[in-house]
Formats: sequence, structure tokens, C-alpha cells
Amino acid sequence: MNSIDDERAADGATEPTITIRPAGQGDIPFVIALDERNTGLAKPDYWTDLFTRYGGRRGRYFLVAEADGVVSAFIIGEIRAWEFGSPPCGWIFALGVHPDQRLIGLASRLFDVTCEAFRQAGITKVRTMLAVDDNLNMSFFRSQGMRGGPFIQLEKRLD
Amino acid sequence: MKMQKATRCALFAVLELARDPGRQLSATDIAEKYGISSNHLAKVLRDLGRAGLVESVRGAGGGYRFSGNVKRVTLYDIIQLFEDVGADCDTAPEAGDETDIGKALCILMQEVDDIARATLRSVTVDTLLKSTSWPVPQHLDQAHKAEV
Repeated sequence: MNSIDDERAADGATEPTITIRPAGQGDIPFVIALDERNTGLAKPDYWTDLFTRYGGRRGRYFLVAEADGVVSAFIIGEIRAWEFGSPPCGWIFALGVHPDQRLIGLASRLFDVTCEAFRQAGITKVRTMLAVDDNLNMSFFRSQGMRGGPFIQLEKRLD
Repeated sequence: MKMQKATRCALFAVLELARDPGRQLSATDIAEKYGISSNHLAKVLRDLGRAGLVESVRGAGGGYRFSGNVKRVTLYDIIQLFEDVGADCDTAPEAGDETDIGKALCILMQEVDDIARATLRSVTVDTLLKSTSWPVPQHLDQAHKAEV
């Protein structure tokens, strides 16, 4: 099959050992640097604050993935129930993979582990919200089985 | 959203061939499975061949096979070969477009088109094939039953 994974295998790349674990304070510089690399915006205060609010909290999941012992990706999710008429559901609102470590399954493993944590908490649905032109993340989440849901995001200019 | 006949033929052909990229199928094989015209499909397959999505194999047992990358080719790549998927307002101006209501309608339709394009761009051939075994979401299942 002419897949990306096969192309990688043909290049002689071996599959790394992937480990998923809760993020620690020492992982935040990686998250800040990766986000800056992926988005072009440096937001150290934002990510430090997120770690304070989401790291190791009940119903909140800030996880990192290591490839052969090197932190290479992260995900943040939580259980929310704030949309109009929505029962509690899992939300994934941050995901990043180092560009050199894409296509080896890091994001899929992070997604699976987060969804399993939601399931263990009795949650039966997971949601996310993306920019309409964020094709990279949209394609990833769709490949994991996510589809358009019954909610729609609306906004209005206030200036 | 209603797709043109050629677009549906193209999607059926590409997806059926991509199920097993090593397999060759004739236009007749595909047409019979999906209940579509083999003549029409043959023309569509030529267009898909020119776009590099399928290739024809000559000789005994020949036919067509998928020649793209299942994890890279999206539904948008296929559909845009047969449909005008550009923003509605980008096409030739129509009567009423310059009025306040015409402009408001144009913005609304652009919103609808943007979401449709983003959706089609985010679904690869691989994802669509995988989704054939996924459960249908409740809100989509109800909408489908209502239409039927």
C-alpha cells in the first residue's frame, strides 16, 4: 500500500517506543517551544497557567508522549458540561506534535489514552473545536472517527 | 448537498479502487456494483486518470487501479475535478448581488461553502473508507431517516 507509514518504513525508520504519561512542570518548556514553533506565537504565561489549572487535576488531562524517552507531543482535555443542553462530555482543546515526530502514532496514542480516561469517568462522547482552515488537526481528528456534531460555533465582532 | 452524477461516479470509483490499491477493476465491475452507467463511468475514469488518481492497466485482466496516496488524497481533491466548489460569490455576479439583501445572502452562502470545503478537505480516502465501519452519529441517523 502506498501509505505515508509505508514510505517511512521504506526509508528504514524503525518504530520508536511510545510512552504516555501525565505532564510535569519540567515538560512545560517543551510545550511552550512546540506551540511557538507550530503557531508562530510565544505564549509562555498561557501554557504555564494551563499546567497549573489542568496538570494532575481530577477530570482534567494534560498528557505528554515520549518517543524513545524524548518528550515529543502533548494533549489537553477535560470533562465539561457547559454547552446549551449538553450532558457532560469530554473536550480536547490542545494537541501538539513535534514536526520531526509526526506520522509515528503519537497523537493517536494521546487521543486514545485521553478518550479511555473519559470513558473511565463515565463519559460517552468526546468533542473538540478547530479553526475551519486547520486542515492538519481536522484531518487527524476525523481519522480518529470524529465527525461534525449537533453544535455549531457562532461569533460576533464587538469592535 | 446534492452532488452531480459525475462526482458520485468519481467518488465511487476512487473509493472502491482504493479499498485495495493492488487490485484492478474494470469500469463495468464498478458500474455494476454501484448501479451506475458504465459509459459515463468510463469518461469519469479518464478524467481521474488525467488527474493521477487512477491508472489504467492494459492487457488481459486489465482495468483500473488507484494510484494516489490514501492518506493524502481528500474527498475535496476528487470532487473539485467535477464540481465548481469555489465560493459562490467568486463566480460571475448575478442579478441582485449588489443589493443589501444580495450581499447578506452572499455572505451567508459563503459561510455554508466554507464549512463544506473545510469538511471535504479534512476527509482523506483512508478516513472515508475507515468510516464505513463506524456507527452513524444519532443526530445524523435521525436526519437520514427523516429524508428517507
